[in-house]
Amino acid sequence: MSSLSRRHLLTAAAVAAVVGVTAACGSGGTGAAPTTTAAAAADTTLVLYNAQHEEVGKAWADGFTAKTGIKVEVRNGSDFELANQILAEGANSPADVFITENSPAMSLVSGKDLFAPLGAETKGQVPAQYSSSKGDWAGVAARSTVFVYNPTLLPEAQLPASIMDLAKPEWKDRFGISPSGADFQAIVSAVYAVQGDAAGAAWLQGIEANAKIYRGNSTIMKAANAGEVPAGIIYHYYWYGDQADGGANSNSTTLHFFGGKDAGGFLSVSGGGVLKSSKHADAAQQFLAYMTGAEGQKMLADSNAYEYTVGAGVAANPKLKPLSELQPPVVDLNTLNGPKIVSEMQRVGLL
Amino acid sequence: MIRFAAAGAGHRYPPLRPAAAGVVAALVLVPLGYVVAAAVATGPAAAADLLWRPRVGELLTNTVVLVVLGTVACAVLGVGAAWLVERTDLPGRPLWTGLMAAPLAVPAFVSGVTWTSLSPGFAGLGAAVTVTSLSYFPLVYLPVSAVLRGIDPADEEAARALGCGPWTAFTRVVLPQVRPALAGGCLLVGLHLLAEFGALQALRYDTFTTAVYDRFQSSFDGTAATMLALVLVALCLVLLGIEPLAAGRARTSRVGRGSARPPLRHPLGGARVLAVGALLAVAAGSVGVPLWGIGLWFATSNSTAFPADELAAATVSTLGLGVLGAVVTTALAFPVAWLVVRRSGPLARVVERCSYVGSSLPGVVVALALVTVAIRAVPAVYQTVVTLVAAYAILFLPRAVVSLRAALGQLPPAFEDVGASLGVSPRGVTLRITLPLVVRGLGAGTALVFLAVVTELTSTLLLAPTGTATLATRFWSASTEIHYGAAAPYALLMILLSAPAAWLLTRRSRAAGALA
Repeated sequence: MSSLSRRHLLTAAAVAAVVGVTAACGSGGTGAAPTTTAAAAADTTLVLYNAQHEEVGKAWADGFTAKTGIKVEVRNGSDFELANQILAEGANSPADVFITENSPAMSLVSGKDLFAPLGAETKGQVPAQYSSSKGDWAGVAARSTVFVYNPTLLPEAQLPASIMDLAKPEWKDRFGISPSGADFQAIVSAVYAVQGDAAGAAWLQGIEANAKIYRGNSTIMKAANAGEVPAGIIYHYYWYGDQADGGANSNSTTLHFFGGKDAGGFLSVSGGGVLKSSKHADAAQQFLAYMTGAEGQKMLADSNAYEYTVGAGVAANPKLKPLSELQPPVVDLNTLNGPKIVSEMQRVGLL
Repeated sequence: MIRFAAAGAGHRYPPLRPAAAGVVAALVLVPLGYVVAAAVATGPAAAADLLWRPRVGELLTNTVVLVVLGTVACAVLGVGAAWLVERTDLPGRPLWTGLMAAPLAVPAFVSGVTWTSLSPGFAGLGAAVTVTSLSYFPLVYLPVSAVLRGIDPADEEAARALGCGPWTAFTRVVLPQVRPALAGGCLLVGLHLLAEFGALQALRYDTFTTAVYDRFQSSFDGTAATMLALVLVALCLVLLGIEPLAAGRARTSRVGRGSARPPLRHPLGGARVLAVGALLAVAAGSVGVPLWGIGLWFATSNSTAFPADELAAATVSTLGLGVLGAVVTTALAFPVAWLVVRRSGPLARVVERCSYVGSSLPGVVVALALVTVAIRAVPAVYQTVVTLVAAYAILFLPRAVVSLRAALGQLPPAFEDVGASLGVSPRGVTLRITLPLVVRGLGAGTALVFLAVVTELTSTLLLAPTGTATLATRFWSASTEIHYGAAAPYALLMILLSAPAAWLLTRRSRAAGALA
């Protein structure tokens, strides 16, 4: 009788764990042991690390499976979570393909040389300005910087002509930003790239003095909608998405696009790349080509994500202001969000 | 070597138990080692640059102020509510018993998001303290009300008969007995506040944990971000140092229950209306606002949908992970709690204190630590339920340890000693005496861990088997796409799934009262 208790408790726990594992994996399959057999497409299962909107990643994965028979498992997360996860996994990463919301996460993985070179098909479909100059990742979608404003608090006539104006004293406490997010930091780096370091630094100092600090683009939009702040700097799709969702958080606001190659018209690119460590490199390249090709981009245009299409000449969702009218500034994506911008934002006290 | 405490000296020392506790400590030290390694990799100069700037001073102040105010608010709310419900002639006691535990079923981030959608201007320190204390005060309320229910009224009557006024009787007789439960509850609250992210993000209050996330997001420099978490470890150690002092050295176990009478109930008189009003306000703020907010999402959003398959799949996997995580974590907590209560030497105390560190770290740091270690050391279990449950155990052990510690503390060691002296082996003593008598503490720990697992997000995203979706991950993905209508059913299901566990905890406090 002495051999009872503790051992039994532990055994029970172990049994429970095993039962749990079996049950949980029965439907989905594990990410740990990829089934590595030869050519037959039906036997191949790709793993997509998806930091894009969940519905976009899922639509692409399902569409690709329907077309090729190659199964795709999707792991969702945010840019920084999944990028850091891939770094931590290193050469053992179960991921075959990685797609993001903004390019800095791609630069991080690219900087550690974890991406394989792009296949020829993808390269041919995505214009060079939306891809890595290193040729290891390509744009899959894009979002534009916009100035969301509440016309009752900020009449159209008083709108800033350039994002640079917001550093002037008359804008004190009249707009919101989300400095902790990758989105705003990409916008800052665009200002530095377009205007040069000296003008960028002076502008950032003014922004620190003038802006009201929020956390997250949707929070800024809600605040402007509620009249708490007259305006804010966000990405376009938050507004279109909320409009489509009933507009409870955006009906009292409208959008102002800076245009004219102003730094405030910065277009941020969502990227996609194939991991060097992928055991199904051909299928993975095929998947990336699918996402950036006509079918995948059409899917994006038709979705509720309201992001801009970038590949294969497919037009964006017709509800959006057309990409051709945006006139964004020309910015080298590989220089975005460099440590310089972060230390600059730390210097002025925004981070 | 482990010093035998006087109370338990004499019977054999179960050899497997310290080994099991050692395994737990090793598991918990994975994220700590990861943070230290990151600090080393950053190098002293860069680390100093990162830590020695005005922004860090601001964050430190913010974090400390939030932890102090939030913990004090929870202590006041928790003890106040427990006193009103258990020891006064408050009308509608059964209703309040349930309502005061109900906030545990509402995830703090859902609370935060709904409070801000009530008023976007609701932000900053005041908002953060309000929402977090409304979310976490049941962690104090439940153990304290269990003790209050169990206290023998004879002690208090004796004090009164010896000339103490009601207040003096409370502070000198009741409070010392409540202190360990109060201190344990406050420790849990403090740890949660150190690691809280979702609610504080919504309420725009910056702490070290939000800064760690910011740092990950901004520079994508994982090493530097992880190193910042070292400050959280230091703050956690401070909390762990304060807690034993706050708990006092009172012995809480006793044999027999004394004269079985219901506890004294103080007449509230004219203050009854005030008391009911206060409790009503607490219930409205902690449960009413979130439910109202979710209702509003249902009503105003076009994206409201009820995809039956996805809802069912997410519910099943949440339930499965919750139960598995809770059972494993509680099983791991048992040897730790037993050691510290029964063999309280320096080593046992170090192991117990270690088990709290993981829960003060941001979820993303714990998850990345496990990614780094698991994929190299045990690739076969990477992104399986095994690593995920390990993460849950690291994050939520304190919930189980604190519950078990209190239950074991109420169990007189003499019971086990008698068993041993009658020739029962240590294992037999555990199985036939200890476990049956602390089964309610086990239940409470399991329920508390279950509640935490149901709403866990970051580790689940990074470590769950690929393709697994839980209610929390679905809520997160819908709400980041600002499809609140689509997010609403998941929030509601999280609350519904958690409600039975919260209700179970109130049952336990009633029963624990009868046991003591």
